[in-house]
Amino acid sequence: MDTTGTLIMPPAGSTIASEVDWLFYLILYISIFFFVLVVGAATYFFIKYRRRGEIAPTSQVDHNIKLEIVWTVIPLAIVIILFFLGFSLYMRMNIAPKDALEVKVTAQRWLWTFDYPTGINSVNELVVPAGKPIKLLMSSNDVIHSFFVPDFRVKMDVLPNRYTSVWFNAPYPGQHNIQCSEYCGKGHSEMLGIVKVVSDREYTEWLESAAGPGEGIDLESYGEQLFTSKRCVTCHTVDGSLNVGPSFLHLFGENVYLQGGSQVRADENYLRESILAPEAKVVDGFEPVMPTYQGLLKPRDIDALIAYIKSLGQEQGEQQ
Amino acid sequence: MNHSQSRPAYLAHHFSDPAQQRDASKLGMWIFIMTEILLFGGLFLAYTVFRTLNPDMFYNAHKHLDLTLGTVNTIVLITSSVTMALAIRSTQVGKKKQTLIFLFSTLALAAVFLVIKYFEYSHKIHLGQLPGRFYTYTGIEGTNPHIFFSIYFTMTGLHAVHIIGGMVVITLMVVRTFKNHFSAEYYTPIELTGLYWHLVDLIWIYLFPLLYLVG
Amino acid sequence: MNTIPEINYLNHPKGIKSWLLTLDHKRIGVLYLVSILTAFLLGGIFAVMIRLELLTPGRDIMGPQTYNQIFTLHGAIMIFLFIIPGIPVALGNVVLPLMLGAKDVAFPRLNLASWYIYIVGALVALYAIFSGSVDTGWTFYTPYSTETGGAVVAMTLAVFILGFSSIFTGVNFVVTIHKLRAPGMTWFKMPLFIWSIYATAIIQIMATPVLGITLILLALERIVGIGIFDPAMGGDPVLFQHFFWFYSHPAVYIMILPAMGVISELIPVFSHKKIFGYRAIAYSSFGIAFISFLVWGHHMFISGQSQLASMIFSFLTFLVAIPSGVKVFNWTATLYKGSIWLQTPMLYAFSFLFLFTIGGLTGLFLGTLATDVHLTDTYFVVAHFHYVMMGGTVMAFLGGLHYWWPKMFGRMYSIKWSRIGTALIFLGFNVTFLTQFVLGTKGMPRRYYTYLDQYRPLNFYSSVGSWILALGFIITAIYLIHSLRKGKPAGNNPWGGLTLEWTTTSPPPTENFQTPPVLTHGPYDYDTADVKPTI
Repeated sequence: MDTTGTLIMPPAGSTIASEVDWLFYLILYISIFFFVLVVGAATYFFIKYRRRGEIAPTSQVDHNIKLEIVWTVIPLAIVIILFFLGFSLYMRMNIAPKDALEVKVTAQRWLWTFDYPTGINSVNELVVPAGKPIKLLMSSNDVIHSFFVPDFRVKMDVLPNRYTSVWFNAPYPGQHNIQCSEYCGKGHSEMLGIVKVVSDREYTEWLESAAGPGEGIDLESYGEQLFTSKRCVTCHTVDGSLNVGPSFLHLFGENVYLQGGSQVRADENYLRESILAPEAKVVDGFEPVMPTYQGLLKPRDIDALIAYIKSLGQEQGEQQ
Repeated sequence: MNHSQSRPAYLAHHFSDPAQQRDASKLGMWIFIMTEILLFGGLFLAYTVFRTLNPDMFYNAHKHLDLTLGTVNTIVLITSSVTMALAIRSTQVGKKKQTLIFLFSTLALAAVFLVIKYFEYSHKIHLGQLPGRFYTYTGIEGTNPHIFFSIYFTMTGLHAVHIIGGMVVITLMVVRTFKNHFSAEYYTPIELTGLYWHLVDLIWIYLFPLLYLVG
Repeated sequence: MNTIPEINYLNHPKGIKSWLLTLDHKRIGVLYLVSILTAFLLGGIFAVMIRLELLTPGRDIMGPQTYNQIFTLHGAIMIFLFIIPGIPVALGNVVLPLMLGAKDVAFPRLNLASWYIYIVGALVALYAIFSGSVDTGWTFYTPYSTETGGAVVAMTLAVFILGFSSIFTGVNFVVTIHKLRAPGMTWFKMPLFIWSIYATAIIQIMATPVLGITLILLALERIVGIGIFDPAMGGDPVLFQHFFWFYSHPAVYIMILPAMGVISELIPVFSHKKIFGYRAIAYSSFGIAFISFLVWGHHMFISGQSQLASMIFSFLTFLVAIPSGVKVFNWTATLYKGSIWLQTPMLYAFSFLFLFTIGGLTGLFLGTLATDVHLTDTYFVVAHFHYVMMGGTVMAFLGGLHYWWPKMFGRMYSIKWSRIGTALIFLGFNVTFLTQFVLGTKGMPRRYYTYLDQYRPLNFYSSVGSWILALGFIITAIYLIHSLRKGKPAGNNPWGGLTLEWTTTSPPPTENFQTPPVLTHGPYDYDTADVKPTI
């Protein structure tokens, strides 16, 4: 299996990828053949028959039934073959094996949540065992998104009113990008994730560690990890620049102006509420687009994020 | 031969004779009518999709439409189509007074249709049987009854807009008849107005059973 | 020595009012030409801004919200204000009655009305841009379009109004073609440009009303929340996609068919040769028009529609490849043993053949179900439709413009500069969009404000290409405008064309012909008719 990718295709990370690539290259070679045939002939005629001074006598043949039948029937036969090849592979791409491991995917602006059968969940990081078929059952909490892993050659829209699914089997350990490919607003291009393909043993270990997160490191560093892994980073910066949401720099202890004109001090309770019920208090100048993290973060996770935001607000006094 | 004598005033410069002009206008009108049918076709499609999804709800909701008023309105519109046809006939035989009587009758019947529609609408608004978000009525069983009323109001509303448009055009025809624009030789505009009016009537004839006679 | 006729449609009668109230199809064509080129300029500026933002990952010149508005406006303006009206309203309005030997279109007042409606639509679109703008993408997908802020209702209203303009033009052309052909011009003696405009008009008439009702429903969804497309209220957002593409896929052929018509004129004239397979080209326009109504679902292979539906749409999509392929083969065969004159219109025809062939062949990857899954909604699709729309339609539009320019304005542009312009546009286009095919196969999704680092080099090249392209267009604009006053008088038939527009003066008089023309030969009878280019 090709794991580095070619000049034009990304690495083939799933069992189906090499089959898709085979079909892709078949169409590519057919296309190059016809391109050379048509544009090559046209170029040759342009050079050979170009007008030099006076108009040269021209052929006045205006039809040739045999030739016209040939160039209708041959392409027709080719496209019908392509149709069947594409359709049969498409059906295999769509029908998941019965023993597939099922993971529930929830898309919302602008993050991916993965719920595992064991009851744990992860944000923007899908960890799966290598060599096993995985079926993703997907739905959206807001607008239409699309789950796309280029290395797997799979893509499926994620809809707000029904379930859709994709499946894949990644034979080797490694990492692959997830990208949202249905336009969903400001954070569309940063609605990214990672599929981590790991060995069976690592998968079991990960399930255990994910159940009790962040043990053994201090809250501040753990919060910094969560800031990236739970994708706060998509909308919030820590350097004071504006993004979709307010920056966390010097936020803690500051008075925040809310929509409607009221003010609130950014203390622990305000931060906690803003994580769990973001629409309750919306900062003036921003839109209420943040999803709730209720159920996605454990109490220790919330403590850690608040500790991290606190650490970014320390120098506030000196700055002013 | 004098140029102005050979060409009647109503003949535009780029047509060679009245027959060509008349054929062109009629063809244009028929094509326009086709676009109107396709416009409503989209709504019929939406209707079909949601009725297939919720057949029971459609049945329950349709019972809240007033069948009597709907039937009366159907008769009113069909009658207006007859008076419109008679108006064309009167122009063709050059009877100006008759033409005006029939055009006014058509306008009056159209107005009656709208008045009845107004009473139907205000009753529904009163009960809260409104489209989508504004739906507050609670007496209909089945899932998403607001969608029935969304479709009802969109279809009949768009149709009412067409009635009003037709009334404007008919009024214009009244004015032009007064000014003696038409004769037994030239009556294309009034004929085309008739075509349009029959279309508006025909669309209602489809809307009526779809909305009032479900089941 | 060629001269400009003293009285022609451009200078008689005089005054702004005579232009704004004109019923002359040629003047309306010129008004339209100015309008759509203004839209093209605006859409082009947005395109360059998009490429500037994508020069490197992250923020370059604007934030994500602005970027989303800019790409929406680029798409909406280019599609609804430039390329859909495009060739029919500007070139078609001027030359269609001339080619038929008619004095005007069937309904001159409707023609002028359609221009005013276009202007009103454009003004409402401008209002939408300045009163909050739109960030939905030109496709207005629900439920995003019903939830997002901005002036979505105003923009849908603008597109709705523009639809009327499109329908009026379509009605006018169909009736004109049916009723106002010169004596002797049977259906199979019509120029192929007319055939393609006819097929286009039929799609305009049949598809646009469905867009109209879709937009009404979308606007109602936003204003009163009717719930038809809203999943939270029991509606179905995918239904919107069906509605939308039922119009917008045929709309693709509204854009490309007239372009194919232009190419079918250019190739025989500049090869001085009968066109190969006249009937096949004429019929294939109708084949395309017919099948175009049955393939909308190929935009939705991964949208959750049933696999059976996807299978049917994939199959029908492949069928549409055949009539398009037949046309390309016929054009190539026409070149064989011709006497090919490398004038600027013909250079554009060659660009069209080159680029449209790529655009068409890359369609195979997207029609094939299994490969479409990987490629849809990536830059591969962006590149594909730019090769068809810009490489196809815009090249043909430029070819047609350079071909009929001397007829429309009576003067010739600089041949040297026009060659430089053509070369830059061809080169810039390929640098911009060939790279995007690879971005797509590598997996970069479309409508991305920023991107992963691995896509950096190709995005950079693509942006550089857009500057070359822009330079080509600037040069073209300059020499064309310059030629309006300073160009050499072109003469009645500079290229040696056989269609009727070349039998009258350049520019023609208001009535088009001094004496009503009678057809003596077919549009491409270079074997029997004796005609020579005069420049």
